[in-house]
Amino acid sequence: MSQVFNQTTLLFLLNGMKLTLIIALVSIALSMFFGTILAVLRNFSNGILGKIATIYIEIFRNTPLLLWILAIRFLVPIPPMYSGILSFTLFTSAVMAEILRGGMNSVSKGQYEAAYSQGFSKFQTLKYIILPQSFRSCIPTFLSQGVTVIKDTSFLWAVGIEEFTGKGMILMGSFASSYQVFLLFGTIAATYFVINFAISCSVRTIKTAY
Amino acid sequence: MNSPFAWFKWQAVFRDYNIFFEGFLTTLEVAVLGLALSLILGVVFGVLSTSKLKIFKIISRIYVEIIQNTPLVIQIFFLFNGLPYIKVILPVFLIGVLGVGFYHGAYIAEVVRTGITSTPKGQFEAAKSQGFSYTQTMRYIILPQTIKIIIPPLTNQLVNLIKNTSVLAMIAGGDLMYRTDSWSSSNMYYGPAYAISGLLYFIMCYPLARFARKLELKEKKEKTTVSETSMEGLSVATEGGL
Repeated sequence: MSQVFNQTTLLFLLNGMKLTLIIALVSIALSMFFGTILAVLRNFSNGILGKIATIYIEIFRNTPLLLWILAIRFLVPIPPMYSGILSFTLFTSAVMAEILRGGMNSVSKGQYEAAYSQGFSKFQTLKYIILPQSFRSCIPTFLSQGVTVIKDTSFLWAVGIEEFTGKGMILMGSFASSYQVFLLFGTIAATYFVINFAISCSVRTIKTAY
Repeated sequence: MNSPFAWFKWQAVFRDYNIFFEGFLTTLEVAVLGLALSLILGVVFGVLSTSKLKIFKIISRIYVEIIQNTPLVIQIFFLFNGLPYIKVILPVFLIGVLGVGFYHGAYIAEVVRTGITSTPKGQFEAAKSQGFSYTQTMRYIILPQTIKIIIPPLTNQLVNLIKNTSVLAMIAGGDLMYRTDSWSSSNMYYGPAYAISGLLYFIMCYPLARFARKLELKEKKEKTTVSETSMEGLSVATEGGL
């Protein structure tokens, strides 16, 4: 009976966690950027761009993430990690856009009027007045979405991207006793839990601070 | 080389439409049963988390935190790969229902809890003073009001639940995502297969998402009109007083 935890297996898992975090963090950063553009377009452009943003958001909000993970992996010829980042960015941008739109809609109309009366252009009003406030009020929701992204990176195992879940499942294949398998399941779940629970707790702290 | 969306690939999809349709039905079945389970769990744990007894609060907290902070994929894999080690072998359909049911049950519990705690305390006190027991207060006074507040977030949860049934594709669950994946990897006609499957998911989710948004907007409107009228009442009252 081999040991479940030794230097090799731990390093193996750690590598998976590294990939999980890289994909999650890069995707979150990119999605916040593209999400902001989408939100602004949907809220402030009456033309074709606004329509495109709306259609984009609705499509991605109403189809499963796994569909995009599979479709991107099979249809776009890029290395696995980039394929993961691309699918998460496409999907999460729509989510981030809707979160930010909620924040933007809660900024009172008077602020726009005040800014315009001071001679701010539409773009300046957004950049200096509306967006900073919206971002601040959205921080807790963005963080919760971060938890969701970290959890959902485990879907990437469906296309063989060896992130944390993938590494865990590969490792599990080399053990046969129920004790070892349950120990490994417990470890994987606990690792996700520690990371996400820490974020969830900080969300709660920030919310009460507001 | 032909394009990933070549016409003959579309023809193949329409020829095998029954495969996609069966997957669509399985996804619907899992979603409906999963929703029923998650509603039961959500209401039970949501109500428990507002109870006065600390032990109930702790139990529902543990349930919510563990489920919300671990991936659904791991939970599904545990049911599929882990449980057989202790001689519990569940059919994949049941795993799907249990998996999304327990997962979204935790989210619905939070929705229910927020709904209950947003009901003014005076209502609990009024009910108590009228001799209502805790269960009666919940059953006749609090929950009926809570339902109205929580319908929009609940509908959003349902959309997420439908989308998350796709996790079944990872354990060969026979749902729409699995059928799409297995059909397209057998003939490499990925383009149209994913387009059709996406469309089918969209058909399931979009009406619900719209419904939720409509209710949300309506509620917001009501709230603003209520506060405006009450403001009017207030100014009238001050005027009269002055």
